[in-house]
Amino acid sequence: MAIRVSDLNAAAVEIESISKRFGQVGRMRQLMPWRKPKTPKLALDRVSLHVDTGRITGILGANGSGKSTLIRILATLLTPDAGRACVFGYDVVTQAADVRRHINRVSVEASFFKEMSPWENMLYAARLYGGGGDGTRSRVEAMLERLGLPLDTLDKPMKQLSRGQQQKVAIARSFLTSPSLLLMDEPTTGLDPRSKREVQDLVTSIRRDRAATVLLCTHDLQEAEVLCDRVVVIDHGRVLAEGTPADLIRIHAGPDGGSLEDAFMRLTGKRLEEDEEEKEE
Amino acid sequence: MIGNSLRWELNAFTGFIERQKNLYRRYWAWEAVWLLYNLVSVLSIGYLASGLSTLGLEPGHSNLQQAQLYLLVGALLWTYLSMVFFEIAFAITWERWEGTIEYTFMAPIRRLTHLLGMCAASLIYGIARAALIGLALVFLFNLDLSHANYWAALAIFAAATLPLLGLGIFTSILPLLSPEKGEQMAFAVQGVLLLISGVYYPITVLPGPLHLAGILSPLTYTLDGVREALLHGLSLTGALPDVGILLVMGIVLVPASVWCFGRAEERAKRLGLLKRSG
Repeated sequence: MAIRVSDLNAAAVEIESISKRFGQVGRMRQLMPWRKPKTPKLALDRVSLHVDTGRITGILGANGSGKSTLIRILATLLTPDAGRACVFGYDVVTQAADVRRHINRVSVEASFFKEMSPWENMLYAARLYGGGGDGTRSRVEAMLERLGLPLDTLDKPMKQLSRGQQQKVAIARSFLTSPSLLLMDEPTTGLDPRSKREVQDLVTSIRRDRAATVLLCTHDLQEAEVLCDRVVVIDHGRVLAEGTPADLIRIHAGPDGGSLEDAFMRLTGKRLEEDEEEKEE
Repeated sequence: MIGNSLRWELNAFTGFIERQKNLYRRYWAWEAVWLLYNLVSVLSIGYLASGLSTLGLEPGHSNLQQAQLYLLVGALLWTYLSMVFFEIAFAITWERWEGTIEYTFMAPIRRLTHLLGMCAASLIYGIARAALIGLALVFLFNLDLSHANYWAALAIFAAATLPLLGLGIFTSILPLLSPEKGEQMAFAVQGVLLLISGVYYPITVLPGPLHLAGILSPLTYTLDGVREALLHGLSLTGALPDVGILLVMGIVLVPASVWCFGRAEERAKRLGLLKRSG
């Protein structure tokens, strides 16, 4: 759906001090004192963020840093405990229906009906977003061709496609609905180098060909450096720094210069790989 | 503006029916197994009635034929009702299992459209499956439907759709409240409905509290009414009380269930349950 002129005046995303905690003792659990209480986890801690229209903004953080929680709040799938988040001026809680018309999301796991074909999945998506009429099939074919997917995959069950191919279909599906804000939650995680490159090229082309705003969650620092206009570093649910990749390197990478990875290490006190290892343990 | 909005929702409604059609087609082997299971279950009840002759009733005795028809109508209707109920009640579980729950809940459509789309697909598929089993019954058993009033049966059957949808939507809330145990709870609800609704016996044989629960179950009026119409030729006018009760129950249950679903969705969003792993 196209953005209205009035929407363009608003920031693509405006987040004011939102917090989210999981595992809180709810009213139902209070009635069941014999149940073992969960340890509450603070996923987002008073996060504020401003994302300009038409930019690619990277949310950089390790696993468990709060990136996906942030994306799910913007996708209206999660309600913040405190604070306010708006997409093109619409509140994600009280005006969720308006927000949904402007967004689409590509998650780390391609969410499809696995027995259905890419075409059937995309037709379903098109119907949910007001499309699905004449010409949808040719649009889908053109999109998949552009993504380098052989057309004979269009009618095969999704489960027969590789992970990279499934992720490309997920991206094509999000384009089909012409979102003004594309939320991409680690779209290249687990992809082979060639597929990763193709997806990254595609993200670059969004900025070139479409007026879409992209919020890209990633823990791939090189990816963030290459693709993003701005980067937000997040750790333990808090924003540690934000700016252009060049700014972050200049300010945080150290006196001898360095890479975005150096800046990230200095900001968080550890490498991304350490967080990965901790998580695996 | 309203026209555009309605077109948008109708388009999505069609999308859900189309999606379910594709899923039934893609899972055809599973669907064939379930159809066979349903057919065998209904046939078992039919042959059980035939076997009543060994308990003292003579074959061809009018009471035995009535008993057989009574049980077969109950078994066939239960096959249909439970299938529709199952499809609606497990809509959320299925989406969670496939991993599409977030995508569907993020779509810019009304939840009512989502739920009614699922319900419509279940009803169409349920009727088709029940019709196939019904044909098999007519072929295999010498059923005496000479007294049947099909119009009255159809009127009750149609009126039963509304409360059935309400019950299904109510039950679909359970997997939203508890991703781990909601599915089992939905099975329990289905079992209770089988017990209290007089599928194989009149609810008058039930003890006090269960009898009262049976009176409150819309399935009781559906089974009673359709049986009366098929076995004893209940007139269309005579069917009106049952139709009225079912419509009133539907008018209460459908909006109430959709409202409760909305509250459950809000809770799921607050607690972070609206994802594939719950």
